[in-house]
Amino acid sequence: MAIDIGQFVQTFFEESFEGLDIMEAGLLALSPGATVDLEQINTIFRAAHSIKGGSGTFGFREVAEFTHVMETLLDRMREGRMPVTRDAVNTLLESVDCLREMLVAAREKSPVDANRVEEVRERLSELLDAKEAPPGDTGGKPASAAKSPSAQVAGWRIRFRPYPQLMHSGNDPVRMFRELADLGELTARADLGRLPRLAELQPEDCYLAWELELRGAVSRDAVAEAFAWVEGDCELEIEPLAGDAPAPAATAVKAPETAAVPPPADPKPGGPREEGQQGELMLERRKGEDRRRGDRRASVAAADSGSSIRVGIDKVDAVINLVGELVTTQSMLSALGEDFDMSRLDKLHEALDQLDRNTRDLQEHVMRIRMLPVSSVFSRFPRMVHDIGGKLGKQIELRINGEQTELDKTVIEKIGDPLVHLIRNSLDHGLEPPDERIRAGKPETGVITLDAYHKSGSIFIEVGDDGRGLNREALLRKGLDNGLLRAGEEYSDEQIYDLIFHPGLSTAKQISDVSGRGVGMDVVRRNIQDVGGSIQIASRPGKGTRITISLPLTLAILDGQLVSIGQDCYIIPLLSIIESVQIRAGEVNRIPGRGEILRFRGQPLPILRLYEMFGAEGAVTDLEKGLLVVVEADGRQVGLFVDDLQGQQQVSIKSLEKNFRRVAGVAGATILGDGRVGLILDISGLIRTNNAAI
Amino acid sequence: METKTTDLAPLGPRGALKRETAEGLQYLTFSLAGEEYGIDILKVQEIRGWAPVTKVPNAPAFVRGVMNLRGAIVPVIDLRLRFGLETIEYTKTTVVIVVMVQGATGNRVIGAVVDGVSDVLNLQAADIQPAPDFGTAVHTEFISGLVTIEAGMVMLLDVDRLLSVEEMFALEAVRPSEPVAA
Repeated sequence: MAIDIGQFVQTFFEESFEGLDIMEAGLLALSPGATVDLEQINTIFRAAHSIKGGSGTFGFREVAEFTHVMETLLDRMREGRMPVTRDAVNTLLESVDCLREMLVAAREKSPVDANRVEEVRERLSELLDAKEAPPGDTGGKPASAAKSPSAQVAGWRIRFRPYPQLMHSGNDPVRMFRELADLGELTARADLGRLPRLAELQPEDCYLAWELELRGAVSRDAVAEAFAWVEGDCELEIEPLAGDAPAPAATAVKAPETAAVPPPADPKPGGPREEGQQGELMLERRKGEDRRRGDRRASVAAADSGSSIRVGIDKVDAVINLVGELVTTQSMLSALGEDFDMSRLDKLHEALDQLDRNTRDLQEHVMRIRMLPVSSVFSRFPRMVHDIGGKLGKQIELRINGEQTELDKTVIEKIGDPLVHLIRNSLDHGLEPPDERIRAGKPETGVITLDAYHKSGSIFIEVGDDGRGLNREALLRKGLDNGLLRAGEEYSDEQIYDLIFHPGLSTAKQISDVSGRGVGMDVVRRNIQDVGGSIQIASRPGKGTRITISLPLTLAILDGQLVSIGQDCYIIPLLSIIESVQIRAGEVNRIPGRGEILRFRGQPLPILRLYEMFGAEGAVTDLEKGLLVVVEADGRQVGLFVDDLQGQQQVSIKSLEKNFRRVAGVAGATILGDGRVGLILDISGLIRTNNAAI
Repeated sequence: METKTTDLAPLGPRGALKRETAEGLQYLTFSLAGEEYGIDILKVQEIRGWAPVTKVPNAPAFVRGVMNLRGAIVPVIDLRLRFGLETIEYTKTTVVIVVMVQGATGNRVIGAVVDGVSDVLNLQAADIQPAPDFGTAVHTEFISGLVTIEAGMVMLLDVDRLLSVEEMFALEAVRPSEPVAA
């Protein structure tokens, strides 16, 4: 075939990773013990099957073989011949991880951890062997008793006569035979009868036919499975192997013998009890593996972030439309410019307005291309909650809302780790063990909620739990011990909860595998602040904790209001401005220890003299002569005292930290119209420092 | 905004420099309060005329502010203040040497204001003498060596340490805005 399949490899990987996600989600949705949702298993099975087919086609044999084992297991579950146990689901989940690693390794052409693959595969086969055994020990359905004898024949004779065009569809008999060879002992005899003379031979046609003998305890379905891709492209006959095995009746007798050969370590004798032990063992092993897996997952993510994003065609179409409009405006302008005189000034203004509009629209739509649904971050949490919940022995329900909310790709990438941390904290510290919950009169199953929503130009993500809440007393004590708080003073809940963001503070009584080392929450806050967001905590003892992260819609560009303070020019994000007012004498009260307060629309509004904070020279110091810009962030308002308002401008945000460092009260910098650098104020930072000061 | 850029092209592409001079080293020398200092030319990105910068609030005094370097925000540091020398009015010869500093957290671009650039020195490693323990205006930890030329002495500066952001600002909480004592 002249087609270079290399070009499809990338697609294969993308689809396979998607398939893995589907499998993972499906496996997590399977509830062990309950009635099995056939559709669910089918979905998982189909995903596995596509991966197997694709990896075979692209020559990733190991992947194909590995998937095959998983598929067999799934097939048995599907047919009800094997119960869906927690053990099986966990092993399958692990196989999904393993498969993901193998695919990553295949993509990066790096070596696979063969030991790990072997280990997981062994565990899969163990499950297969154990469950294929006579029913009773694990409570298999009665149907399995009826089915298994027929499955355990001595072997199969397969007559396979492909049509000449078989290979046109990308199928390769060799690969299929290899698959069969994995099932048992395979002998193949080729029938060369149809082979034409060399001169007449079409190199892309298939002339051979085969007679195959497969020996081993293989189900008919498994054999048919190998030929699933060539249905309609061949004549296929599968019949039980006669010959040396005297009669079909006798095969049933013979079957246990053959079945007993492959598993040397027979897990049957211990029965259910040993099963429990096995489960524990697996947890032990998992602990060590967690870290490794974390690394690998990170490598998957790292590779992903560099690659590509999927963009809906509607978004692209919108951009193309806008570019069309822009071209129209451009030709209008150049026509105007060709013979311009002052009489056409109005037209020029009009065209420039249009250009302005076009540019804004285009910018907005191009930004939208970078927007991804937050589900790409959320999707990893069901698995995480499942794993960690199992490890901690807690029953947890994860409720996710608003996963379709869209966020800038950069923000999405940056919030993953903080969210992982927050959820881990909720799992480990927030939610109580079942017995404690029952004592507290709460339902046994703890609930973690993950909400994303859009409000007034920001995206909010909330992580909540209905656990025990933050321990105010413990935090207060820690704060006093570390000298962060002063004894004898009154602190608000907020100020105390804020301590958990302080490096080195952990109230966890015990450092666990999951969290509690006191590093982390400060990193969480820093990461969130890095993308221009802020984080807030609300907690009620015994009721739970809710952490709210607010994030900007996009990082790159914002509408700014330029203000002057002395000789300097600063930018206030337009979104955070409520209004600007002039102050009249007598409206301002000085409150000792709390600074200046303006009575503003019936509410006390603290005044922040920016020139004082920033040490600006030559600024207006008389409150009546300047302006007060009322801004809001994190639900609190302050008045920023500035000299005057300048223009409004769209500014692209540049990092001040890249070459310099973080500056208190400044969110970033930008280049102004005249080429100078302007600093963008960090409103929530200013409000925080103001609160800290009083 | 008027910006003057001195072309460093005669020095050849920077990559080629190292090879051409084999084991030789090239240093850009500049004057500061009557003394001559040198910095490794491979660290120098460009030289610009002084142009007003945007002040950064609550930064140490030696940080004059930030400037726009073709869209990147670059801090500008007054070396006189960094060394604890008295300041002078900026003149026509006042230039900003833009250097690439290697730090623990990656490379940073930083502008350093000096009185004027002087020359490019071709040196062999053997020409460089160890830094003295005392008797210089500059804290000796920033001096990587001394070179004697006809016109006098040149102090070679370790830019990575001198302009290290960690070094300059980490301790700032302890001694805000105070130039390093001479």
